[in-house]
Amino acid sequence: MAVAVDANRKFTDYAHPERLVSTGWLAGRLADGTVGTRNLVVLESDEDVLLYDTGHIPGAVKIDWHTDLNDPVTRDYVNGERFAQVLGERGIGRDTTVVIYGDKSNWWAAYALWVFTLFAHEDVRLLDGGRAKWVAEGREITREVPSQLPVDYPVVERNDAPIRAFKDDVLAHIGQPMVDVRSPGEFSGELLHMPDYPQEGAMRGGHIPGARSVPWARAAAEDGTFKSRADLEAIYLTEQGLAPSDDVVAYCRIGERSSHTWFVLTHLLGFEKVRNYDGSWTEWGNAVRVPIEVDAK
Amino acid sequence: MTAGQVTVPLPAALDEIAQDFAALSARDRLTMLLDFSDGLPELPQRYSAHAELLERVDECQSPLFLVVEVESAGDAATPKEATVRLFFQAPPEAPTTRGFAGILREGLDGLTVGEVLAVPDDAPYRFGLAEAVSPLRLRGMVAMLSRIKRQVRLKSAA
Repeated sequence: MAVAVDANRKFTDYAHPERLVSTGWLAGRLADGTVGTRNLVVLESDEDVLLYDTGHIPGAVKIDWHTDLNDPVTRDYVNGERFAQVLGERGIGRDTTVVIYGDKSNWWAAYALWVFTLFAHEDVRLLDGGRAKWVAEGREITREVPSQLPVDYPVVERNDAPIRAFKDDVLAHIGQPMVDVRSPGEFSGELLHMPDYPQEGAMRGGHIPGARSVPWARAAAEDGTFKSRADLEAIYLTEQGLAPSDDVVAYCRIGERSSHTWFVLTHLLGFEKVRNYDGSWTEWGNAVRVPIEVDAK
Repeated sequence: MTAGQVTVPLPAALDEIAQDFAALSARDRLTMLLDFSDGLPELPQRYSAHAELLERVDECQSPLFLVVEVESAGDAATPKEATVRLFFQAPPEAPTTRGFAGILREGLDGLTVGEVLAVPDDAPYRFGLAEAVSPLRLRGMVAMLSRIKRQVRLKSAA
């Protein structure tokens, strides 16, 4: 049973306001006992696999992008059987409302939400501002791990095509709108990895020909919440000349920062066809004979 | 480890930690890693006031800084008999990285130069953590160990 949407006025401007909840709304659902029921499960998805364990929103359950959502052998997402197991053991049914939050301005929360969308889980939302905002507001944090009653989640076949682009799709897409959400140094070719993340480097620097550089962080306000619709339109529509009817591919390094931008374009601005290229620069920058553009020095 | 391959043993304290981890389920290993994170000592004042003395471990996903001290063991001793002291700094938002540092500190602090340099480079893979935190994340601990050994070599002239 889906839970009523957050009627927060900031959200009503967005194309799909039902995709966001505020910290105040979540505190309300905690107070009225909805969190942790079959109707509403809250998930924390972080870059650091132990951060949840240091303290989390009461009633929230951990989901890890690496150990829960990625296949342990193939570079791919889990299959329908494994996804059903991961969600079922967290007390999530097919009709459960899921709210996801995390560290790093919700990168990994957006990534998890995007993976949930590959399996067409209908009602999945982000906590605007993520973990940092909840903590900054002095709201309750606990180390107590809730014991979820397992639920039967159906085995659903993943449907990648609408929102996921592979290398060959991107090759065919060159010349059409493409958004590179990495840092300017990574885009120009100066850096072979994100600042501070050298272990996820590539053989070649630069960007996919024709891609526009719009670092993901431009969509986020100081406190990690999403910017207003008007501010987002000024960036993606006015400045970048994109239109909601465009066929857009977004990429970064492994697909987590571009999940954030995918969320912005799809759910906040109402773009109809945005695909996340999760192979991203760790694939493209290491692939043989794919075209690369490097900024002139 | 492949059968038949000779495994270089871990120093006693580190080996004990490895055995403690081995006895646990993947979930409980994470809990123990969190204990190491929680227990990582604060930097002494001579370093907390002098961040420039610390070496940054870039391979960690979150910022980690470390510094090694080699205490002279007296005139009669060889450089390899000097004692190694380890100091780490990582923010509370990086508990995995702090946990790795905590393991290395508890397992290596107070050993001799010779003992630290003899620690096998694959030691980070012997705690059963690859399954619990993923192999990619373990690379940060590999980098910490290699930087510790490099500093020990440099500061002891061993």
